[in-house]
Amino acid sequence: MLLDNWLFVGLLVIVAAGIPAIVLVIARLLAPRKPNDAKLDTYECGMETVGDTWVQFKVQYYIYALVFLVFDVEIIFLYPWAVAFDHLDLLGVIAGVLFIFLLGDGLLYAWRKGALKWN
Amino acid sequence: MSGYGIEDLVYILPIVFLLVWALVLVLVEAFTKRPDVTMLLAAFGLLAAVTLSVIQFGTEATAFKEMLTVDGYAVFVYMLVLASGLLSLGLAYDYNRRMGWARGEYYILMLFSIAGAMLMASAANLIVVFLALELLSIPLYVMAAFVPNDASSEEAGLKYFLLGAFAGGFVLYGVALIYGATGATNLMDVVAAALGTNSPVMLLTGAALILVGLGFKVALVPFHMWTPDVYQGAPTPVTAYMAVVAKAGGFAALFRVFIAAFPSVSADLTPVIATLVVLTLVVGNVAALAQKNIKRMLAYSSISHAGFLMMAFVTYGSALYADAVTSLLFYLLAFTVTSFGSWAVVIALEKAEGKGLDFEDYAGLGKKYPMLSAAMLVFLLSFAGVPPTLGFAGKFFLFRTVLEAGYAWLAIVGVIMSLVSAFYYLRVVRFMYFEQGDPEVRSEPVLNLVTAITVVGTIFLFLFSGPLLAWASEAVLALI
Repeated sequence: MLLDNWLFVGLLVIVAAGIPAIVLVIARLLAPRKPNDAKLDTYECGMETVGDTWVQFKVQYYIYALVFLVFDVEIIFLYPWAVAFDHLDLLGVIAGVLFIFLLGDGLLYAWRKGALKWN
Repeated sequence: MSGYGIEDLVYILPIVFLLVWALVLVLVEAFTKRPDVTMLLAAFGLLAAVTLSVIQFGTEATAFKEMLTVDGYAVFVYMLVLASGLLSLGLAYDYNRRMGWARGEYYILMLFSIAGAMLMASAANLIVVFLALELLSIPLYVMAAFVPNDASSEEAGLKYFLLGAFAGGFVLYGVALIYGATGATNLMDVVAAALGTNSPVMLLTGAALILVGLGFKVALVPFHMWTPDVYQGAPTPVTAYMAVVAKAGGFAALFRVFIAAFPSVSADLTPVIATLVVLTLVVGNVAALAQKNIKRMLAYSSISHAGFLMMAFVTYGSALYADAVTSLLFYLLAFTVTSFGSWAVVIALEKAEGKGLDFEDYAGLGKKYPMLSAAMLVFLLSFAGVPPTLGFAGKFFLFRTVLEAGYAWLAIVGVIMSLVSAFYYLRVVRFMYFEQGDPEVRSEPVLNLVTAITVVGTIFLFLFSGPLLAWASEAVLALI
């Protein structure tokens, strides 16, 4: 019973890998090949590509993203906490408040160290 | 509803205190921006945590619904990593100022990672093992990459992070499989369910994956590839710190998990563990022979010491495991003291980041700085296991346990590899005493203090190794 199910999954994996492979092979056999500059260029929404692919982003974006993550995580945990608030015991409330303090600690640090200043 | 009380927090007070202290220091650093203040407060926090651990000695309790265990074994490891923390603060203080990148975050990260190592020793639930492992490791990744604008330090940090995250995945996958096989993550429930499990292969695979994941952290061959590069690239005080604390935490968790949860698969795993030991000893020692850079040599030497520590594991399923844990703890202590001492000497000779680390730089040290080179001699002898040093006592107890467990061949491999290791340790001695040179040493008070403490510890503790061993064995008696 169990084995049959796994057999099915195994077959599915083989078929799933096979179909794209077959399509690629057919395309290679049948497709005409007439390369030109525009075709060989990097595809960028159909527009002509501008500049180098290896663009450097300002590292500050990442710091902003990290600080933003603090709020992201906060909302994920605080939402269920808030929903269940009316049947939490005291320790449950304290745990939530502690969590806010933990995140606040990190945020305060980031702020004081100038992570929120845009240069 | 949750069912936790204030007494849960009291049981793990050293850890809770250290974490709260580190969180406070984050704000202190943010508002004062004075690394010296943060460093002093961090040292104070460590001392306070040591005091709290001393008070804890003798406690036998589980906290947070058997998530954590506080017993003699855990408290022994607490003391060991807290002492390591104090010693590495001493190593880092002068070094960081000399290299011009003293920052308070360094000490805060260290406090967090020490708390992680302490949690690893206390973890009685596989999920907690994983969380503690992450708390131990994540600050270490940052610390390894701490030198600003230094490619090799950045490389070390990134390498350590990628491989460490990978290893963490192994542990987690192992935990998932064990949960699948037994329906439990709590060590007590796992051991109960493991006897009647109808998927023994899954359980065995899970245990093996945890062994692999933690084997990465403590640098067992063949999971050691990252070690030499990371140890060489990271700033030297960080290397000293992670060589000891990551090992202590990793072995503490490994031993508790395997003894408490997996005695039922010991027959299958013991040959695997013995193979790992032999591989680690041979590769670590033979590769160390070829090194010319002292940091790299000590990195390989620390791999070989992981092999020695792992030796204690071959007995884990037998009745002798209590002796094995005792000798493991004792060896860990010997390794800690010796290791910090030798790194202190390396730091004293390191001129600039990554400079002054070749064996040639030690030429003439014996003539110009007799005290320092005598200290280095003591550490190297202790590493090689020559009396009258702590390293000898550590190896002696370890080999005795292995012999009693009926692994005479393993003890012989260990002795042969100790002889091999003497060759590369004594090569440094040859450079210090029999080669001409004019080394430059930074004499800094805190660094000298660390060297002095560890030299005295290496010899003095050897004289008292009997009582110390008795203490260590008292510590493990409570371990299930």
